[in-house]
Amino acid sequence: MKIVVCAKYVPDATGDRKFNADNTVDRVGVDGVLSELDEYAVEEALQIRDATDGEVVVVTVGPEVARAAVLKSLQMGADSGVHVLDEAIHGSDSAATSLILARAVERQRPDLVLCGMASTDGGMSVVPAMLAERLGLPQVTFASEVVVEDTTVRIRRDGDAATEVIEATTPLILSVTDQCNEPRYPSFKGIMAAKKKPVETLTLGDLGIAADQVGLDAAWTRVDGFTERLPKSAGTVVTDDNGSGADQLVSFLVSQKFV
Amino acid sequence: MSEILVLVDHADGSVRKTTAELLTFARRLGTPSAVFIGAGIESARDALRQYGAERVYVVDSPDVGDYLVAPKAEALAQLVQRTGPAAVLLPSNAEGKEIAGRLAIKTASGLITDAVDVTPADGGVAATQSVFAGSYTVNSAVTHGTPIVTIKPNSTTPEAVEGSAVEERVDVTISELAKTARVVERKPREATGRPELTEAAIVVSGGRGTGGNFEPVEQFADTLGAAVGASRAAVDSGWYPHAYQIGQTGKTVSPQLYVATGISGAIQHRAGMQTSKTIVAINKDEEAPIFELVDFGVVGDLHTVLPAATAQVQARKG
Ligand SMILES: Cc1cc2nc3c(=O)[nH]c(=O)nc-3n(C[C@H](O)[C@H](O)[C@H](O)COP(=O)(O)OP(=O)(O)OC[C@H]3O[C@@H](n4cnc5c(N)ncnc54)[C@H](O)[C@@H]3O)c2cc1C
Ligand SMILES: Nc1ncnc2c1ncn2[C@@H]1O[C@H](COP(=O)(O)O)[C@@H](O)[C@H]1O
Repeated sequence: MKIVVCAKYVPDATGDRKFNADNTVDRVGVDGVLSELDEYAVEEALQIRDATDGEVVVVTVGPEVARAAVLKSLQMGADSGVHVLDEAIHGSDSAATSLILARAVERQRPDLVLCGMASTDGGMSVVPAMLAERLGLPQVTFASEVVVEDTTVRIRRDGDAATEVIEATTPLILSVTDQCNEPRYPSFKGIMAAKKKPVETLTLGDLGIAADQVGLDAAWTRVDGFTERLPKSAGTVVTDDNGSGADQLVSFLVSQKFV
Repeated sequence: MSEILVLVDHADGSVRKTTAELLTFARRLGTPSAVFIGAGIESARDALRQYGAERVYVVDSPDVGDYLVAPKAEALAQLVQRTGPAAVLLPSNAEGKEIAGRLAIKTASGLITDAVDVTPADGGVAATQSVFAGSYTVNSAVTHGTPIVTIKPNSTTPEAVEGSAVEERVDVTISELAKTARVVERKPREATGRPELTEAAIVVSGGRGTGGNFEPVEQFADTLGAAVGASRAAVDSGWYPHAYQIGQTGKTVSPQLYVATGISGAIQHRAGMQTSKTIVAINKDEEAPIFELVDFGVVGDLHTVLPAATAQVQARKG
C-alpha cells in the first residue's frame, strides 16, 4: 500500500509564537518543528506500511526551514520526502495550501493519504477535507483507530455524540488523532539512514500551479489585524488550612453569583 | 435583506443550543434561513421558528445519514448556488468544519473557522477569532466568494425572535464517490444527565491529581449544575472517557466558570479553556502554572477541599 503523509512545519508551541508585519504567522524567525500532531500521522503510516509491505512518502509545503519536518519524518522511518518550496507560497491560506498539496499528492498515486487532526499553529482542521474535495476522494477525519485489510479501511471515531465505526475503501484521505498511537522517537540508526533517503524539491511550476493562484494576494480571506490578549491580572490565591480553602472558595463563588 | 444560511446542528431532530446561537448571529447579518439535513424535522421545527428562522430548507434523503460529510457539503453547495446567500454559518465542531472545508472549495469561497463573533461589514461580514491558545485575537474577513464562517459554541446569548419558518423540501444529488466511506456501527454516548460540555455555563474538571477518583469532581459539578471535564493525563490513564477531554486535542470550552482541580495547566490544556470568563483552580502545588490563569485559586488537596465546598454549596441551597 502506498501511503502519503502530509506533514507540516510549525512554530514550536512551547516557544514564542509571533505574527509578521503582513499578518501572517512567523515561521522563519522562531524555532520550528514537525507539527506534533502530524507525528501521529507519520507513525500510523509506518505501522500500516509495515503490515502491508508498502511505502511511505512525506509531503511538506513550506519555506526552506520546513525541510526539517521532512527530515524528522524520514528519521522516524518514512521512505522518501517531497518538499514543495516556492517563494510565491508565502501567506497561502488553507484553500491554497490544499491546492498545492492536492497536486503534490496526486503525482504519487497513493492508496492512502494521512493527515494530522489539526496543525498546531493554524489549527483549523480543514485542510484534509479541502484536499479530499480537490482530489474527489472521501475523507474520514479524527480517526482514533485505523485497521487496514487489503483495500478496506475500518476507522473508529470518538465523536461528540457517539463512537462510530466507519468502513471505507481506498483511495482515501484520513486524519488521525493523538489517541491513535504513540509516535516513535527516531533511533540512531534511523537518523543515519535518513541522510541517504531521497527528498524531492518541487516548485509551483513543477506542479502546474501559477504563482498568482496562491500566496497572500490570492487568499480568499484577509486578516485585518490582531491584538494580543493582555495577560490576566493575577487573581487571589489562598492556601487551604483546615477547611479555610473551601470556605473562601464558596465565598468567592457566591460573590460572583455562581452559587 | 440578504439570506444567511445556517446549518442546523441536531441529533435526530433534537436541536443543539449552538443552532440558536447561529440563528441569532444570522439575524444580525441578514435574514436567517435554517438548513436542516437528515431525519427529524418534526421535532426541530419549533426550535427553529422560535429562534428566528424565516425559511427552513429540509434535506432528508436516505443517503445523507450514513455517508459522513460529503453529501452534506453537496447539499449546502447546491443551496448556496440557488439562493446566493450573503454568508453561511456552521457550528465549529469537527463535522461543521469539515463540511465548511469542502463547501469552501466547491464554491470557491473564503472560510473562517472558530469565530467568536461575526458582524456585518461593507461588502460582507467581519469575524473575530481567538488563536494561539487564546493569546491573540484576530480580525478577519472573507474576500472571495460567499463568506463561510464556523462559530464556536457559547459565543453569544441566543435571542428568541419568532420567525416564519417557511419549509421547503430540497432534493440533492450525491455523487457515488461520496458513498465509498460509510458509518457501519454507531454507539451513542451514554447520557450523563449533565449539560453538554461545550455548551455548559460551568465546567468542573479533574486531572492526574484526582488519582483516578472523579467522585469529588462529579459531586461538586452536580451541586453547581456543571459539566465535567478531564485533562489528557486523566483520560490517558483511563479514568475518564476521551469525549470529556479538554484541550488542544480535546474539546475547547469557554464557560462562565471553569474549575480546574488536580490539573497543572500545561499549554495543551490551556488551549482548551483559556478563554473561560472566570477561572478557579485547586492544586496542591502552589507553583503549578494553572495559578497564573486564575481569578481565584486554592492551594490544597482536592480530596478535602472539594467535598467541603460541595457540602457548603448544598447547605446554602437548603
Ligand atoms: C500533542 C499533545 C496534545 C495534548 N493535548 C492535551 C489536551 O487536549 N488536554 C490536556 O489536558 N493535555 C493535553 N496534552 C498533555 C499535556 O501536555 C499535559 O501532560 C497534561 O495536560 C497534564 O495533565 P494534568 O495536569 O492532569 O497532570 P499533571 O501535569 O501531572 O498535573 C497534575 C497536577 O495535580 C496536582 N495534584 C496532585 N495531587 C493533588 C491533590 N490531591 N489535590 C490537588 N492537586 C493535586 C499536582 O500538583 C499537579 O499540578 C497534550 C500533549 C501533547 C504532546
Ligand atoms: N503546509 C502543509 N504541509 C503539509 N501538510 C499540511 C500543511 N498544512 C496542513 N497540512 C496537513 O493538514 C492537516 C490539518 O491542517 P489544518 O487544516 O491547518 O489544521 C495537518 O495536520 C497536516 O497533515
